[in-house]
Parts: sequence; C-alpha cells; structure tokens
Amino acid sequence: MKPPFEKVVAEHGATVLRVCRAVLGMPDADDAWSETFLSALGAYPELPPDANVEAWLVTIAHRKAIDQTRMRSRQPIPVEELPERASRTGSASEGATGGDAHNDSSDSLALWQAVGLLPEKQRLAVAYHFLGGLPFAEVARLLGGSVEAARRASSDGVRALRLVYLPEGASGTATNEPKGMPR
Amino acid sequence: MNTTHSSNAAERFDFTPLAKESIELDSAITQLHARLEQQALDAHLLDLAYTTVDTPVGSLLLAATEIGLVRVAYDIEDHDAVLQTLAARVSTRILRAPRRLDAVAYELDEYFAGTRRGFDVPLDLSLSSGFRQLVQRHLPEIAYGRTETYKQVAESVGSPRAVRAVGSACATNPLPVVVPCHRVLRSDGGLGGYIGGLAAKTALLALEARPH
Repeated sequence: MKPPFEKVVAEHGATVLRVCRAVLGMPDADDAWSETFLSALGAYPELPPDANVEAWLVTIAHRKAIDQTRMRSRQPIPVEELPERASRTGSASEGATGGDAHNDSSDSLALWQAVGLLPEKQRLAVAYHFLGGLPFAEVARLLGGSVEAARRASSDGVRALRLVYLPEGASGTATNEPKGMPR
Repeated sequence: MNTTHSSNAAERFDFTPLAKESIELDSAITQLHARLEQQALDAHLLDLAYTTVDTPVGSLLLAATEIGLVRVAYDIEDHDAVLQTLAARVSTRILRAPRRLDAVAYELDEYFAGTRRGFDVPLDLSLSSGFRQLVQRHLPEIAYGRTETYKQVAESVGSPRAVRAVGSACATNPLPVVVPCHRVLRSDGGLGGYIGGLAAKTALLALEARPH
C-alpha cells in the first residue's frame, strides 16, 4: 500500500535537498527541490508500489538540476570548471540561516564548500551515490559512462573531500566528526 | 560489496548531517513544504489537503478534496491510519496543507465556542454511497441542540424498517461533528454508538444543550 505523498516529503525531503545542494549549490537547490517534489506529486499515483522512492526522487532531481543549469546559463560552459560554486554556497547559506555568522565557519558548511569545489563528475557521483543512495549502476545511467567510471569518480571525490575538508588542526580523527560539534 | 554506500574503507566518508545542519535542513524543509503546498494547490495537483485542529473533543483530522471537506477524524480513529485509507480510497496525492481547511477550522472554532449552530462549508460526500449517503445527507436537518432516534431517522429517509442500517450509516459517517450523527440516539434514550467514542458524543450533546 502506497503511503500518502506527505510521508514521502517527510522521509526524503532532506536527502533530496542535500543532493540538490551538492549538485547546484545553495541558491538554485531550493528551486530544484520544489520542481522535483511538484513533479513527483503529479506522477506519484503512477509510481509502482514497490519502487525505490528515494532513487526515483533523486533521478527526478537530477533532471531538474539539468534544467536549472541550462536556465542559469544558455551557453554550454565546460562544467568541469566551476570554481565559483564554493563562494556561492557560503554566501547563500548565510542568508538561508538568517545571517548567523557562526554558521559560516561551521564544519557542515565547510563540507558543502568542499563538495562544491569538486570537479563536476566527482561532485555528481558523490551527490547521487553517497547523499542520494543510488547504486553505481544508476549513477552511471544518470551521468553517462561506465559503472566503473561512476565508482571511480565517486571514490576520487571522497578522497579529495577528505583532503580538503578535514579541518586543519582537527584532532586526528579519520571521520568527519568535527571537534566541538554538538551532536 | 558490504554496503551500498561504500565499497571499501578507503572510500568511507560520513555524510550524515551534523546537529547544526540537521536543524538548518529542518527549517529549510519547512519553508519548502509551504511553497510546495501553494504550488500544488495552484497546479491542481493536490487531490487531498489535510490539517489537524485541537478541539475540546481532542485533535481532529480535517481532509478536503477540491470539491470540499471529505473527512473529519477523531484521534481514536488513528490519524495516520485514516490518511492511509484516504490514500487508498481517494488519492495518494496528499499533503498537509492547512490553507484549504481554513474555513472549516474557523467554523469548528466557532462551533466549539458555542457561537455557531451549523456548518456551511462545501462537503465532498464521495466516501459514502447509497443508503448511507442518504442518511448522512439527512443528518444536518436535525437542528442544533435537538436529537432524533435511529427509528425517526429511518422514517425520515423513507425506510422506516431500516433502523439498523441507519445505525451503521451513522457509525460510518466520514464527517462527524460537521455532519451531526451525534444527534441520533436510541429510542430508549441510550446514547447508541459514536465514532469518536461516547465521551465525545456526550460532550457535543452537552455543548449544544448549553444556553448560548
């Protein structure tokens, strides 16, 4: 029996927002999220009851992100180089959290900035696999290329993240549990 | 592969949101949800909108289609179960979207404050059919503060011997309070049954018996 759509939003809303943020950066993530869930609401009655709802949502989010990217700039820019994403991520989240200056230096934002700095393919592979929970076969289908390439892009991305993101002077932990962070 | 999220230890990275991000995500989702409600209403994609309101007879779930109020449910009916049933019977396109229920919530407020004697919001009676719907259509004709017996209702709808069927029509009323099945009692003066429990039925009858 398929749950009411409200449950879908409650269960997967945050995951899809994080995927959108990783793929598009903060400012465009909200629009992509809205487009994704509005479109999903429309198609939900036709979704097979045994479908993987989260994978379905992440796939819609991917399509909406492509639309957003096309709208944002008409000319096909080489997406491998988007160094401005990190700064956009930072400034927008400042607004989103009511300008709380503390958040700018918070470690979870540092993570998003680090994700934003990854090359396009790695960033998307990390977003869809690690944040969105898609298997590599699905990631490969969305990004084009082989399953092995998707796996490699995502592990390269994570390796780069660990180098960039782990805050300097962090007390030697290998996970990304930043010090002094209330859980 | 041991998990879907990492194939070996070297690739492990904990993406679980930290406390601060979780709080920020929650508030972002709240805003995005409000936006989605509006967009869904505008696009006519919201087959069912619902909300809950606190009343003297407990929390009431209110659900409306584009046609009108389709379901009022007491706490003891289990709101989650009611929503799941609505998903199966009406549509899975359901969101918590209080705006569509503003008018009925306001009228319920007035009703429980004793300043309203009847409801004039549009109703969607599609959850019941046939004889049950016939009975439920008759119920609002029982005036505020008055009661009828199951037998009288059976006579009013032209099936004087269908007393039991009237009972089950009242018991399955999808719109309690608004469609006043609480005004139907047994011929011997007993309360009969009530979907919201007898305490709720007693409370509504007491409210309506109060001099206003």
